[in-house]
Amino acid sequence: MRFLALFLMSLTITSAAPHAAGKTNIERIVTPMGIEVWLVRETNLPMLSFEFAFLGGAAQDPAEKPGVASLVAGLLDEGAGSLDARTFHEQLEERAIGLSFGTGRDTFRGSLKTLSENRDKAFELLSLSLTAPRFDNGEIERVRAAMLAGLRRRSTNPPDIANDRWFARAFPGHPYGRSVHGTLESLPSITTDDMRTYVRRVLTRSNLKIAVVGAIDGPAIATLVDRTFGALPAKAELVPVADVTPQGLGTRETVELKVPQTVITYGGIGLKRDDPDFIPAFVLNHILGGGGFESRLFAEVREKRGLAYSVYSSLMPFHHAGLFIGGVSTRNDRVSEALEIITGEIKRIAVEGPTADEIDKAKRFLIGSYPLRFDTSSKIAASLLDMQVENLGIDYIDKRNALVEAVNAADVRRAASRFLSDMRLLTILVGEPKLAAARGTAE
Amino acid sequence: MKIIAAMAVAGAATMLSPRVAAAEPSGPAVVRFALSNGLEVVVIPDRRTPVVTHMIWYRVGSADEEQGKSGIAHFLEHLMFKGTAKHPMGHFSRTLATLGGQENAFTSSDYTAYYQRVTSDHLEQVMAFEADRMTGLVLTDAVVLPERDVVLEERRMRTDSDPGAQLGEAVQAALFVNHPYGRPVIGWEHEIRALNRQEALAFYRRFYAPNNAILVIAGNVTADEVRKSAEKIYGTLPRNNSILARVRPQEPEPRANRRIVLSDIRVAQPGLTRSYLVPSYRSAKPGEAESIEVLAHVLGAGTLSRLYRALVMEKGIASSAGAWYGGTSYDLTRFALSVTPRPGVSLDDLELAVDGVIADVVANGITEADLARAKTKLVADTVYAWDDQFTLARMYGAALATGNTIEAVREWPDRIRAVTTDQVQAAARNWLEARRSVTGHLIKPPVSVEKRS
Repeated sequence: MRFLALFLMSLTITSAAPHAAGKTNIERIVTPMGIEVWLVRETNLPMLSFEFAFLGGAAQDPAEKPGVASLVAGLLDEGAGSLDARTFHEQLEERAIGLSFGTGRDTFRGSLKTLSENRDKAFELLSLSLTAPRFDNGEIERVRAAMLAGLRRRSTNPPDIANDRWFARAFPGHPYGRSVHGTLESLPSITTDDMRTYVRRVLTRSNLKIAVVGAIDGPAIATLVDRTFGALPAKAELVPVADVTPQGLGTRETVELKVPQTVITYGGIGLKRDDPDFIPAFVLNHILGGGGFESRLFAEVREKRGLAYSVYSSLMPFHHAGLFIGGVSTRNDRVSEALEIITGEIKRIAVEGPTADEIDKAKRFLIGSYPLRFDTSSKIAASLLDMQVENLGIDYIDKRNALVEAVNAADVRRAASRFLSDMRLLTILVGEPKLAAARGTAE
Repeated sequence: MKIIAAMAVAGAATMLSPRVAAAEPSGPAVVRFALSNGLEVVVIPDRRTPVVTHMIWYRVGSADEEQGKSGIAHFLEHLMFKGTAKHPMGHFSRTLATLGGQENAFTSSDYTAYYQRVTSDHLEQVMAFEADRMTGLVLTDAVVLPERDVVLEERRMRTDSDPGAQLGEAVQAALFVNHPYGRPVIGWEHEIRALNRQEALAFYRRFYAPNNAILVIAGNVTADEVRKSAEKIYGTLPRNNSILARVRPQEPEPRANRRIVLSDIRVAQPGLTRSYLVPSYRSAKPGEAESIEVLAHVLGAGTLSRLYRALVMEKGIASSAGAWYGGTSYDLTRFALSVTPRPGVSLDDLELAVDGVIADVVANGITEADLARAKTKLVADTVYAWDDQFTLARMYGAALATGNTIEAVREWPDRIRAVTTDQVQAAARNWLEARRSVTGHLIKPPVSVEKRS
């Protein structure tokens, strides 16, 4: 029977027609237990990409114990049910099943990759890890030690320092101000109870989003999903997270570190993903500093002056804050020059707006490159999951390019006025920058 | 016929590794051909999406640089974006952007590659740009000099701000005593500073030609379409008959176990590395590289690996431990270990424990279970790679650019399946010898006596 299946598979590989651009066919499935799954059937490869997220993430860590979600993510695959860590890993590796967990500020995520023939076992192990993690003491200490080693490395790594400090200054007293990875002080204090409480509160069916791409049909995935997630608590107990805007705008802070290059993170108010001006803002940022080799920042800072290898700006839409964040790394004695050019470019694009030609080119790039996000099963699954997490709707792939196409100069200028025009940035510098004397700095 | 062959392969697989056997139909139907000017072409069809990945690989990397000019291969990679007589600076990138294309490039010791990703209706246009810059590059000091500063910033970012990267550079330099693999790909800082326009152009004219390149196209195409387009667009480029076979100075037989210590105030987490000089897929005897690959997996991939189990789980003296093998290399290459100590554990003690794990594999070999797990994982990874045209293009391009063949890549899973426990033990015995190694210690400077009072 296996040979017959192979025979058919070989035929489909050669006869499969490409999906038309942006025509990924998504099925919305609601399982008998009421869990929603977005499925793209991909029968040409004998594998399955399964991505899921629980809304909540590290923002649900206890205020005094950042790092709980990260530690949980590190431990879910370290023994579950009757399987100790070693046996659990053996069962994964014997079938080359890829299972991983991770957390961001807003979501706790998991990813399962398996060959089709091992999918029952893969989902059985996933189910165990979510519903019956063991949190054995030896494994906790082992994973904690690895995370502490990672934190010590971060403590002298310039981009990590700049990023952590930026969020700490922008969001004092708010969950977004705390480190997703925890701290050298907080990690040792996290107990098994803290982790079990987190799992019970956050890993539930009510805040779960699921995307799957692979050789499987609706009824089959519905059965697997109910078997895997059905035993989770029905409802999440999330601590409300306040909507927030970044603090400390207009200030600059230097973290002294003996390195030949200063790493700078700058940022301020951006737009959230559900903001009606998000797409125009996205087009605007693409022109300013988002668009690879073509952005204004790339041209002015890197191409013309050779001030940096890396310079960019981005929109970071969190669920409770819209951010505009950028970065540059430049030699210590040219920091002032680089910052002046970046702030000058932000001001210029905020005041004058981009040219009609720039808007047209940015739109053409964003529209034309959209299919590149869908050329592998795992990328499709990840995109489907993001669409659910960001609440964009199941028809978003079909609508998205029209939304970009509709952006006009007035939209872009309005977007600019929403987040670039007040020009107050929070700037963190890590290194030994030689700054022009006239510049004010935060104490 | 293709289908029957696939069935036969799957049949053999079933017996050796039952749990991944069904995932072994045929993989992508890769086609290779050459144009009359010597350009080698590889087509990897993937009709699931409208996207195509277009890559050109030059058989030249940092190991082909002249002594004293380190960094020129990578610097030229940057300069290749500065325009041609036909398409002045920015024209290619701007046009590509309006097509919705993505682009980048990368340099290694053995190759320099450029790629674009576009929807397949734009493939010919992209080919025309890439073919044009194979011979038409124009450089002026006005663009070359700022770009040299960009490369220096890149070096500051990747290496000069990171003690771990500096240790890696020093270990590499110690491991390769005579071979140019001892130089960093990005170049030594003082030599980058001295690179210039004339040298970049001379390097370009010497190495960039169709008969020194491999075109890899993966995605929504057929081999026939690519052949027609490639002949039309790349086929007219002149062959460069002065390009010689790659002959680099080779390593002497290593005699001395070497130790490198990098002490830096910025080291907040110490670390231990060990590199061994070993053969690559191209330079190894048949089956040997595959045995080393399995050895790397058994010793240091994941939490079931020998190093992880002994150092992290049983002895509790490390917080992480891993090993990898850089088999995709033209000449000799590295087998490397990396271990992070738990607080309070000295690197010397950690090193003794590492030596113990290696000595055990040399003396007692590995188990059938170790072997089976490694094979399952390595073979399954190739199946997972079929999902990703970009990964496939890189895999085939890197293999060909380091002197391997399409057949070698396609047959790799079978050769991995053929590895025995005896061969893995022999690989450990033959290659993980102290005299072949360089050990790196990354430490914080010891606290001085005065401060301790």
